[in-house]
Amino acid sequence: MDPVIELDALEVRFGNRAILKKLKASLTGRSIGLLGPNGAGKSTLINTLLGFHKPSSGTARIFGRDIRTHAREVRSLIGYMPENDAFIASMSGVRSVRLMAELAGLPPEHALERAHEAFFYVGLGEVRYRPVGTYSLGMKQMAKLAQAIAHGPKLLFLDEPTNGLDPPARTRMIQLIQEIRDRGDLNLMLSSHLLRDVEECCDQVLILKDGNVAAFCNLEEERRANKRFLEIETRGGVNGDFLGAIEQLGCETATGAQGRIKLILPDGLEVRQLYEIAAKQDVQIRRLSHKRDSLEDIFLKAMEAADGRL
Amino acid sequence: MAVYKKTYRPYDGGLTPSWSRFLVIPRYAFEDLHKSRFLTIFYIASFLYPLISALLIYIEYNASALGIVGARNANQLIDINVVFFLNFLGWQSMLCLFLASFIGPGQISPDVANNALSLYMARPFSRVEYVLGKMSVMVMLLSLITWVPGLLLFGLKGYFSGAQWMSDHWRYASGVFFGAWIWILIVSLLALALSAWVKWKPAAGGLMFGVFFVAAAFGAIINGVQRTNWGSLFNVGYLVGSVWVQLFEGSNQTSTGAVFFRSPADNALPMWCSWFGLALLCSVCLYMLAKKIRGAEVVR
Repeated sequence: MDPVIELDALEVRFGNRAILKKLKASLTGRSIGLLGPNGAGKSTLINTLLGFHKPSSGTARIFGRDIRTHAREVRSLIGYMPENDAFIASMSGVRSVRLMAELAGLPPEHALERAHEAFFYVGLGEVRYRPVGTYSLGMKQMAKLAQAIAHGPKLLFLDEPTNGLDPPARTRMIQLIQEIRDRGDLNLMLSSHLLRDVEECCDQVLILKDGNVAAFCNLEEERRANKRFLEIETRGGVNGDFLGAIEQLGCETATGAQGRIKLILPDGLEVRQLYEIAAKQDVQIRRLSHKRDSLEDIFLKAMEAADGRL
Repeated sequence: MAVYKKTYRPYDGGLTPSWSRFLVIPRYAFEDLHKSRFLTIFYIASFLYPLISALLIYIEYNASALGIVGARNANQLIDINVVFFLNFLGWQSMLCLFLASFIGPGQISPDVANNALSLYMARPFSRVEYVLGKMSVMVMLLSLITWVPGLLLFGLKGYFSGAQWMSDHWRYASGVFFGAWIWILIVSLLALALSAWVKWKPAAGGLMFGVFFVAAAFGAIINGVQRTNWGSLFNVGYLVGSVWVQLFEGSNQTSTGAVFFRSPADNALPMWCSWFGLALLCSVCLYMLAKKIRGAEVVR
């Protein structure tokens, strides 16, 4: 598969301080997550790919085009939703998105139509004639997404898209990102420090730490490879009948003290079936906890590595 | 596709030529400026002086028409000479300063204050194009009240006086054209640079006048205290005036500049100093713009 983004010993320095340190990676995913703690270099990486910062050495390629030599061409393929508030306060939402679409090269009549479409798409149809400066934080986030997709980019950079959103707005934003991703017309790179956002939207993850690549993994493969661990605490369950019954379903089990059973669920087996067996055997399942999600494991492992590399 | 179809779709239509995209900015800016009643009235009033000038040229060659109402020797009302064109340029250039101090501060400061620069720069649109786009708003407006009517006046005078007069006085036309352009570039760059650095619009507008008047006063103090002429380097009006006189009259100078843009012979600096001073001012403005017009702020 052709890489969407190739980092070729990319280094960015601000003064004497190296922010990105010789990053090397080939990102091929349809939806790429960029994870890392605050200050890891996520936004700097996106800004560098956009041409806002000049690499001090090395380079990067987007769809095979070098960001140093083909910056303009690269930007014509990109849609960018910045992390911070970014808007033209005096303009109505639809007018500002139209302006941005025209600057991306769309003829005025197409830009107008797509600006309206983008606003309806992100759910701001009713307020599109209001000045962006009067929008709430959640509406501004959606407006930023609208301007990022209005011109139909091939690659979408989303920098902390769920920042400051309440739970329903966050859910809506994630749904929109998933919809855009699933249509298959564009690739996206989502930068976040929230594991859940990345887990829900991305199939490949690049984890940065102190300007280094701390981990790089294919989330889909990790998910598939990862067995489903459960720990249950039972009353009356550590007896042959209950254990035997769940082993017959294909579970691997290990018993512990105080009725604790650790088990690995095979593919296709639902937790509901455990409850059914327990009910039949008159066993109480007092507590059930899932193993920590795979991305969290990967992330924590990456953060724990002493030299910042896996 | 109708707007009610709430779905994302890629764009597969045609694109505008990349060279023309900076013109999108003035188009949107003019729509906004048009909404200001004060600006519209002021702008219309800016054509008053050119109209009066045209009337004076007309009267010079049609004095007999005024004889009907009893006016005698109306053709001697005013001489259409180098002073006439220099004063025309001086008045109109002062109006430029007012106009630029009104329009200029609102050009970049809202984009800087609301981080909109990252949205502009994330597109196939460079910093140079952004500045050109913003600058062209002022260049177009200021051109219409300076060199465009100036050349029309020259044409009117030439129409009445004949081709020989135009040939003999071609420097008036080139002086108006290049002199106005120099001033427009300086004022536009200054307005944009201050707009990029000063977020509060009235302060940025006030600073425009500060650069013109306060710096001139500072220069005069230096001249007075140090008994030198080098303080005139701080006087933008002097620098521009002396350049204009050179453009209008070459080395055979008879005038002392234009109204508001005087370059008296008693505190004259070498000509290269005027050019150097103006180039330095423009360079400082460009540097200020280059430091501020960025897609992302660098925190060192």
